[in-house]
Amino acid sequence: MRKIALGLMATAAVLALPQTASAHRQWLLPTATTLSGDDPWVDVDAAVSNDLFYPDHFPLQLAQVKVTQPDGSEGKLEHGITGRHRSTFDVHLTQEGTWRIGTASSNIMGSFKVDGVEKRVGRRPGPPAGAFGPNGGPAGGAPAGMPPRGEGRPEGQPPAGGFGGPNGGPNGGPAMETVSIDAIPANATDIKLTESISRNDIFVTRGKPTTNLFTPTGKGLEFVPVTHPDDLVAGQPAKFRFLIDGKPAAGLKLEIIPGGKRYRDAEDGFTATTDAQGVATINWKGAGMYWFTTSASDKNPSDKRATDRRMSYTATVEVQAL
Amino acid sequence: MIITPNQARWGTALLGATTLTSPAMAGSISVEVPRLSVAEYHRPYVAIWIAAADGSQTRTLDVWYDAKHRGEPGTKWLSDLRAWWREEGRNMATIPVGLSGPTRAPGKYVIPLPKDLKAGAYVLKVEAARETGGRELVSVPVTIAPKGAKGGAAQGKGELGAVSVTLP
Repeated sequence: MRKIALGLMATAAVLALPQTASAHRQWLLPTATTLSGDDPWVDVDAAVSNDLFYPDHFPLQLAQVKVTQPDGSEGKLEHGITGRHRSTFDVHLTQEGTWRIGTASSNIMGSFKVDGVEKRVGRRPGPPAGAFGPNGGPAGGAPAGMPPRGEGRPEGQPPAGGFGGPNGGPNGGPAMETVSIDAIPANATDIKLTESISRNDIFVTRGKPTTNLFTPTGKGLEFVPVTHPDDLVAGQPAKFRFLIDGKPAAGLKLEIIPGGKRYRDAEDGFTATTDAQGVATINWKGAGMYWFTTSASDKNPSDKRATDRRMSYTATVEVQAL
Repeated sequence: MIITPNQARWGTALLGATTLTSPAMAGSISVEVPRLSVAEYHRPYVAIWIAAADGSQTRTLDVWYDAKHRGEPGTKWLSDLRAWWREEGRNMATIPVGLSGPTRAPGKYVIPLPKDLKAGAYVLKVEAARETGGRELVSVPVTIAPKGAKGGAAQGKGELGAVSVTLP
């Protein structure tokens, strides 16, 4: 998660942990990733929370979730409900092979000035009214409790003030007018626009793992596993490859976090970095569910109105016991 | 002093709030909240309590938590202090104001050891849990006696710094 330096202590134990901007994490958690039988179903929890995989903050909005069948066609999300802290749904695995279930988003955010006044572009959409159910959680506005903030703000969450306390007050500052990218006037100056593309996936396999869904498109940051994500075994290093615009993404840092923090004293996250071929080798710390994420920034947005591009890829994978 | 249901339960036993001999008079507890260089820092929740060495009795001395977290009671995260919650927290109907305070910034804090501890063997326990961070429990054995009273010190490894009990 991060590096902790204990400045005040002479005998400081330094825990080397991966770095992250914000720990509010979006995750999907399948009941199983490897299924057999004639009529398998997988059930999925989806939420945004600090600790994996404890839903105690916000449910993931089901409208964002897409199911892709092994043949590439769209599948069906069934029995979806959104609770106070998590959403759940089922997927009927009607085809043999590896399914992808997850969220994908792409948007452009930034700011510009017109007549000396700064305005914002492309505020991320908030959750729909009533999304938090009968408990009357916040909808669309700044959520109470523990709002996500900063770079790691998950999709579907509105920007919100930060925590009180030592990290300072709200990060939003005075409210700025937000306009769509198409509404930027011709006389605008200081235009700063960043294209943000992110994916968050799980993979579940009925029968034998297939790789059809991992065929690269050559666009953006892509996960092209060498070791199939539904064929991970404790004690066996996994190799995951990442491409950016079809080329190996070298030097990409993966943050890998095992679930179950509640049963430990520390998160026990760790990192892996991709080599020149874009391949990261991951040494799992035992069987269980793991969440990993990686991100990259460059100046090659697909939308030419933007100047910068930020890409992130996140997935939850299951490591089986040997 | 506010008497909690717990304290009432102790009666006149070891930890009881009676006014007998006070060998621990002017004893103090020092707890260090370490400064951590992390991307996202929140002050830890901290519980400080003392237990009879045989675990038969416990008594909360201080709890630092966010009683008003952006309009919501921050009691939601008290159970993250899992050892304290098992021994003490869940038995309290509410956290007494007199035994609690807001979360503290990194630094060294001194709180008094209760003056009414009877002679005996104790363990002072300090537990810290931090949002987006870790959790740690530090224990310091303490002996209260008219003669030969013994404090002690221990060093946290992550969420806590030095913890010590000083007796006169």
